[in-house]
Amino acid sequence: MSQRYSIWALARNALTHHESWQKAWRSPEPKPAYDALIIGGGGHGLATAYYLAKLHGMRNIAVLERGWIGGGNTGRNTTIVRSNYLLDENAHFYEHSLKLWEGLSEDLNYNVMFSQRKVINTCHTLGEREATVRRYNSMRLRGIDAEFLTREDLARLEPAMNLSMDVRYPIVCAVSQPRGGSARHDAVAWGYARGADSLGVDIIQNCEVTGIDRDPVSGAVTGVQTSRGAIKSDKVGIAVAGHSSQVAAMADIRLPIETHLLQAFVSEPVKPFLNTVVSTGAAHFYISQTDKGEVLLGGELDGYNSYSQRGTLPSVEHVIANATEMFPNIGRLRFMRQWAGVMDMSMDGSPIIGKLPVDGLYMSGGWCYGGFKATPGSGWCLAWTMAKDEPHALNAGHTLERFRTSYMIDEKGAGPYPKAH
Amino acid sequence: MMLIPCPWCGPRDETEFVYGEAALERPADPHALSDQEWTDYLYFRDNPKGEHTERWFHRAGCHHWFTVERNTVTHVISAAYPPGKAEKS
Repeated sequence: MSQRYSIWALARNALTHHESWQKAWRSPEPKPAYDALIIGGGGHGLATAYYLAKLHGMRNIAVLERGWIGGGNTGRNTTIVRSNYLLDENAHFYEHSLKLWEGLSEDLNYNVMFSQRKVINTCHTLGEREATVRRYNSMRLRGIDAEFLTREDLARLEPAMNLSMDVRYPIVCAVSQPRGGSARHDAVAWGYARGADSLGVDIIQNCEVTGIDRDPVSGAVTGVQTSRGAIKSDKVGIAVAGHSSQVAAMADIRLPIETHLLQAFVSEPVKPFLNTVVSTGAAHFYISQTDKGEVLLGGELDGYNSYSQRGTLPSVEHVIANATEMFPNIGRLRFMRQWAGVMDMSMDGSPIIGKLPVDGLYMSGGWCYGGFKATPGSGWCLAWTMAKDEPHALNAGHTLERFRTSYMIDEKGAGPYPKAH
Repeated sequence: MMLIPCPWCGPRDETEFVYGEAALERPADPHALSDQEWTDYLYFRDNPKGEHTERWFHRAGCHHWFTVERNTVTHVISAAYPPGKAEKS
């Protein structure tokens, strides 16, 4: 059991000039066999391991990570947490995840800096207002917090926002989820890693899975081949969004997923002037200010299949043009960093969490560009599914089979289209 | 930034183009397909990390669709040709 973090621990370690802190997790050598393996040491994989160990009593498990934990999409996102969905399956799943966020720092004994500062969506046409208010009313019917904001409310909440009607996308009104907000992405990965490790989970970094072994007769999973040797297990969970297609292909499974780029940028740090997370569908961007003061901006997909993890300039220009219209005072900020994550874009805009058509193989993927907020819920549901070999009610609809049975979870109502969300 | 070689207009800036989708072979007789095959065509993708054959539309140019072979890691385009021409074997 690793040491507990508290103000007393801080004071005690101050006496030894902070040189006595233990490592937050071990770096064990892989054992030849485990009760369960999780491929992918991002937030989702680590959360899966944590809940498998904590809630389902499976301690002899390992997380296999190709690089370092939290070094993939967990470290490449814009950290927005919300649960403002229209359809039953997504609404209940994301709300469960949001509730887990609310107790996460205490549960993990690790400050994930979850800040419920409101997530605001601006509406720019009357049609958009109708559709958005309908969605937010559906949230209230389910007991999820949602509110309607007038332009006066916006002027009060975000004084820096340009509410002029003399712009390309004038703001008609807005909606908000007050319990939405943001969290510190690295802390989420580190907190889950530390929590899982303290329950006995082996976190094995620099261990790339290169193949999935299956029983020649039954076809069931028997283990994986890795860059650090073969590891046996009859339960393997895949949590590698961005590369789900590649890992599933190791078990001859094709997925209804394409991989696309999503860019984000942070500016130099400035004094606090943004109070909430603001996003807009019409102008294609979302913006918030981190606790360090950086302005964090993201936009839409670059638009074509890519694994390059680097974005192209037209998208940068598009996002910045729209952002400076809504927040003119950011126009003179300089960007410090720009990056792109690789997104598992599923063909109905919703994730796949559950069993795969190979016995003993499970996945959580297809997160489109909304995976960060789902981290606790995804881990919780994948852990349940792996432990009991059947989905929980919360992820019973998020199957791979839904694409064959036409039970799509299509928030956008756009048909088979890999760029929805 | 990509320079996309339109078969009719020559190399042009990527902002002139709209990406379509993976260049899928349309079933010759959709009615002859099983549900499984039709679902595979509609929803399931190879999603390669590497060479990808795809369709682009030259929106700010000649308004033609065409086929591009592009690497999804490096974005290097190895071929571009009009629709219906022989695709990579």
